[in-house]
Amino acid sequence: MKQLKKPNEEKIASVLLKKISKLTDGPLRFMEVCGTHTISIFRSGIRSLLPKGIELISGPGCPVCVTPVGEIDQAIAILRLDDVILATFGDLMRVPGSSSSFHQEKAMGSDIRVILSPLDAVEIAQRESDRPVIFFAVGFETTSPAIAAAVKESSRKGLANFYLLSSQKLIPPAMKALLSAGKVKINGFILPGHVSVIIGKAPYEFIARDFNLPGVITGFEALDILEGIYMLLHRHKEGKAEIDIQYRRAVKEAGNQRAMEIMEEVFEPVDARWRGLGIIPASGLALRESFARMDASTAFDIPYEDKADPPGCLCGEILQGFNVPPDCPLFGTKCTPENPVGPCMVSTEGSCAAYYKYGGAQ
Amino acid sequence: MKNRRIMLAHGAGGKISHELLHELFLPFFDNDILRPLDDSAIISTGPSKLAFTTDSYVVKPLSFPGGDIGRLAICGTVNDLAMVGARPLGLSASFILEEGLAIEEIEKVLSSMREAARQATVRVVTGDTKVVEHGAAEGLYINTAGIGLIPQGVDVRGSKAMPGDLVIVNGPIGDHEIAVLVARGEFSLRGTIESDCAPLNGLVEAMLEACRDIHVLRDPTRGGLAAVLWEIANDSGVQVVLEEESVPIREEVRRVCDLLGFDPYYLANEGKLVAFVPQEKAEKLLKTMKAHPMGREAGIIGQVRAENPGKVLLRTMIGGHRLLEPLSGEQFPRIC
Repeated sequence: MKQLKKPNEEKIASVLLKKISKLTDGPLRFMEVCGTHTISIFRSGIRSLLPKGIELISGPGCPVCVTPVGEIDQAIAILRLDDVILATFGDLMRVPGSSSSFHQEKAMGSDIRVILSPLDAVEIAQRESDRPVIFFAVGFETTSPAIAAAVKESSRKGLANFYLLSSQKLIPPAMKALLSAGKVKINGFILPGHVSVIIGKAPYEFIARDFNLPGVITGFEALDILEGIYMLLHRHKEGKAEIDIQYRRAVKEAGNQRAMEIMEEVFEPVDARWRGLGIIPASGLALRESFARMDASTAFDIPYEDKADPPGCLCGEILQGFNVPPDCPLFGTKCTPENPVGPCMVSTEGSCAAYYKYGGAQ
Repeated sequence: MKNRRIMLAHGAGGKISHELLHELFLPFFDNDILRPLDDSAIISTGPSKLAFTTDSYVVKPLSFPGGDIGRLAICGTVNDLAMVGARPLGLSASFILEEGLAIEEIEKVLSSMREAARQATVRVVTGDTKVVEHGAAEGLYINTAGIGLIPQGVDVRGSKAMPGDLVIVNGPIGDHEIAVLVARGEFSLRGTIESDCAPLNGLVEAMLEACRDIHVLRDPTRGGLAAVLWEIANDSGVQVVLEEESVPIREEVRRVCDLLGFDPYYLANEGKLVAFVPQEKAEKLLKTMKAHPMGREAGIIGQVRAENPGKVLLRTMIGGHRLLEPLSGEQFPRIC
């Protein structure tokens, strides 16, 4: 069998950790914006290795976690119509709406298909052409080009039964809102790798320019993250706020032009509600006029209704880095992965789920 | 049991399955033979001990690379007997058949059951068939039960892990679940990975020959390695420390996991076992395992400690630590 361990992974890690320790001169807080980073940090046990002075806090980059209750309720209301198929990413199955979840609806007989790629939803619509297929599109810039491609493909094929319920969101506006509120105390950002493959470096420049904070676009392997932290410390030491790229093997400064063009062609930015964060200007994506026929919320006349977040749930504060999961009075008692109150407890990338699952050893 | 309806998660082998078993089923049947919840019940009849177990098989699709529902139905039950050190005496097989199912399909399943039984040197000695209306089942479901005899001097149970014991696995984990996932074709996944579905009683017999005092044997089926190690840590009141770099995982399995955001420690296996053995016996046992076709890729993956009872700790590739808790329900693919 192939040896899976990368050469000297532990050795390289220990070299990086030594360098990190040397540069750590006081309490510093870095925010990992992206949920995939949160999971990788927990899975690799990075917190258990970092010097005491460095604190990593999770940010708003978990697409499931920021999907508001009202949108889950809206999707469930459409799902309950006759003969409807709802296609969704698996992560959303257990996210609680105000009175039900996809998981519970499925147990009651609703037709929900878990898909991996947006094009799978188009294929379902083609195969089952006599039934409306609604794709509940959740995700950030990483996923939106593929969702745009699915919309175009369905339009090219002339599928009259394919609909989109868009809950897509954009990362930089959320970061801007977070920093502008001035409440969160951080010393730098571990910036998302996958999102940056699409959008490149420019959309983050305001972080350094307007808020005087460094950011490093970082990959998802444990060693990437350690190197990203090292680069942040380096900028901190120099007193220079810059946006750097650690994840050079995948991210180009200019991003992926074609992916951005197709997003631009299919979607337009709109104000959007983020769970816990409220309405953020131009932070969501809606179908442009030329694709408006596919908009599930108008086609089925079930509009989005704003709903309050569940009482007591600190998801919003946690997503903004004001609190860590154990601060929440519901954490581990009223809110567990088996009986979640907030989405941060169920999403694979949610920080509450990660703290609950891996927390004890960190 | 807040949501008083059965959901798929109840069948996934995680915490929710555990809750269903403990809060719904066990209160109705509680007794001293059932209570330990080992892979087989152990019944004493005079000087000898019998092992007794049952399992139902509902896999979709009915066949997949490396096996089918028939092979699973034989191997799964034989393996549950083997995990308490028992030699199988005979199996029962009950079939729930869906109206309209082609006889040819059933023949295929029966033929692979015959082949698996031959491999496990066990016979199906009683059985039953029922037919349900079209749509009331998905092709066919199988239930098998098995009885076996536990040789004198053998006492293998989930509650017997001791501080210092080494943990051995007989080969790479996750093949079965990934093979079935690929065969379902749901995620446009392609791959060549085959299920590890195989009877383990031959291997266990050789292992017990080499080392009579194996403390624990468990097959990491639903819920994967993480779930069985957690059960053992709790039943024995010990901590298990797992070395990530020693746990064998095929490159292809790892790739699919990376793609879907899955953790390989939760993937189901059908031809794997973990053994807890006294440290001084481990080397000899490992040699015996490696000499057996079902144990060629065996390796030591961890050790038992006295502190933090009930916890499974994973020492990661970069030298960090994290807890390995059972999943709540199913693993779902992540968004990006």
